[in-house]
Amino acid sequence: MIIYDFLYKFVFNITQSAAIGDITAMIISGALPLLILVLPFTLVAVWLERKVSAHMQDRLGPMRTGSHGWLQTVADLIKLLQKEDIVASDNDRPLFNLAPILVFAGSYLVFAALPFSSAYIGSNIDLGIIFIIAASGFVVAGILMAGWSSNNKYSLLGAMRSAAQIISYEIPTILVILTIIMITGTTNLRTLSEMQTGHFWNWMIFGGAGLSLSKFLFIPFMLIGFVILYISTLAEVNRTPFDIPEAESELVSGYHTEYSGMKFAMFFLAEYANMFAVSAIVSAIFFGGYQSPIGYLGNTLGLPWMIPIEQFLWFASKGVFFVLVQMWLRWTLPRLRVDQLMALCWKYLIPIAFVNLIIVGLITVL
Amino acid sequence: MLTEFGKIFVFLLVAVIFVVVVVFVAWFIRPARPTKEKLTTYECGENPEGSPWVKFNIRFYVVALIFLIFDVEVVLLIPWALEYKVFGLGGFVVGAVFLVLLGLGMAYEWRKGDLEWERVKIIPPIVKKPIFSTENAREEETIKSNILV
Repeated sequence: MIIYDFLYKFVFNITQSAAIGDITAMIISGALPLLILVLPFTLVAVWLERKVSAHMQDRLGPMRTGSHGWLQTVADLIKLLQKEDIVASDNDRPLFNLAPILVFAGSYLVFAALPFSSAYIGSNIDLGIIFIIAASGFVVAGILMAGWSSNNKYSLLGAMRSAAQIISYEIPTILVILTIIMITGTTNLRTLSEMQTGHFWNWMIFGGAGLSLSKFLFIPFMLIGFVILYISTLAEVNRTPFDIPEAESELVSGYHTEYSGMKFAMFFLAEYANMFAVSAIVSAIFFGGYQSPIGYLGNTLGLPWMIPIEQFLWFASKGVFFVLVQMWLRWTLPRLRVDQLMALCWKYLIPIAFVNLIIVGLITVL
Repeated sequence: MLTEFGKIFVFLLVAVIFVVVVVFVAWFIRPARPTKEKLTTYECGENPEGSPWVKFNIRFYVVALIFLIFDVEVVLLIPWALEYKVFGLGGFVVGAVFLVLLGLGMAYEWRKGDLEWERVKIIPPIVKKPIFSTENAREEETIKSNILV
């Protein structure tokens, strides 16, 4: 938004051409989340994942590269760059090469609609939440493509399980999002974040802004909704306890068994980008998005330009917090069986989300 | 000035170009020494056995079918969820009736065992009549006990 206008004016003043200004500003603002969020986040998150898991099991984790191993991911990246890219003779080559692009594009498209701060949102579409769900459907196609073209039993099984899991858990996700749409009357994520402005008691998890009876009635149902949404987003990014699609001990990491080198790295990058994206969606819907829980330093100091930066930091830290919870869960809970997974979705989450939806609807009407 | 969906298209382009460029850069650096063993499908070090197109559980299709119904339902509910407050209680009741009908459909699927991942056990029909029509009850008793044994 503001960043886009700033870039546009900057380029326009140099070139005096509206078309060039527009295109340059658009490309830069389109690449911003990738450069300042996805890549650094992945570098840190992979290292954190190993460190968190190590400390939870009384180990040290990577210690050699850099202080406490913080350069480990960079070293891994350099190693992956040098790895031979093997396309086995049985693989379906065009689809095999297309799949990483599709998977990464699907997870990066989600970032287009995330409200990072009041100054920056990739694309302020009115259908924000719905678009995000649609874009995550893109990932399913990529995963199925990877599994099918690999011509490998593990890959095919992993891809089928992953597709079944992602589409099943999409329904509780959408049902919870529907309850939020019913309360707020908007699908635009930026408007949704603006609605939760002020202090943390205005967040959706505490019933939204305002002081009415319905706000307090919403609180228990919002908590239920949050738990359902968090569980189903965990399943959508194939994290433990829902990691049967890439169960290392039985499927040799599922749909990307056959991938090596940089293409494997792209799957990995997409996975971590997805982890952040779903955490950011949870925080945007229930935890105020980019809004600070305690007010802004820029307001107290009288420096209005600081507010968007603070908002971005709040948004990123809320997202990273939920990613850390995902890591914590990974080392706490055992993997579910496939029948338990489906039973949890269809017999518990969906009926509860249904009832939740109807009760919330009743409260809004009465 | 691009529209908002045009901006999304730019995001798509950035993602695609990023992957292509990274893989292309790696192409300059990495070695390429394929051998016959390297190019076989990975199967934990064994020779690949049979076709990879294994038969998989029919349940995957059932899940996809049920998903389709619910997804279409949600698509129908989104405009309702945005606008039902305009019509007050009546607007809510219309949507609630739709939801209850869907809930009934789901209950039916549940009862029929379509939500069960494992195959539903086939219960053989219970034969109530004795198989042979006999005149005296004693004989019937012995036949019954024979069947039970």
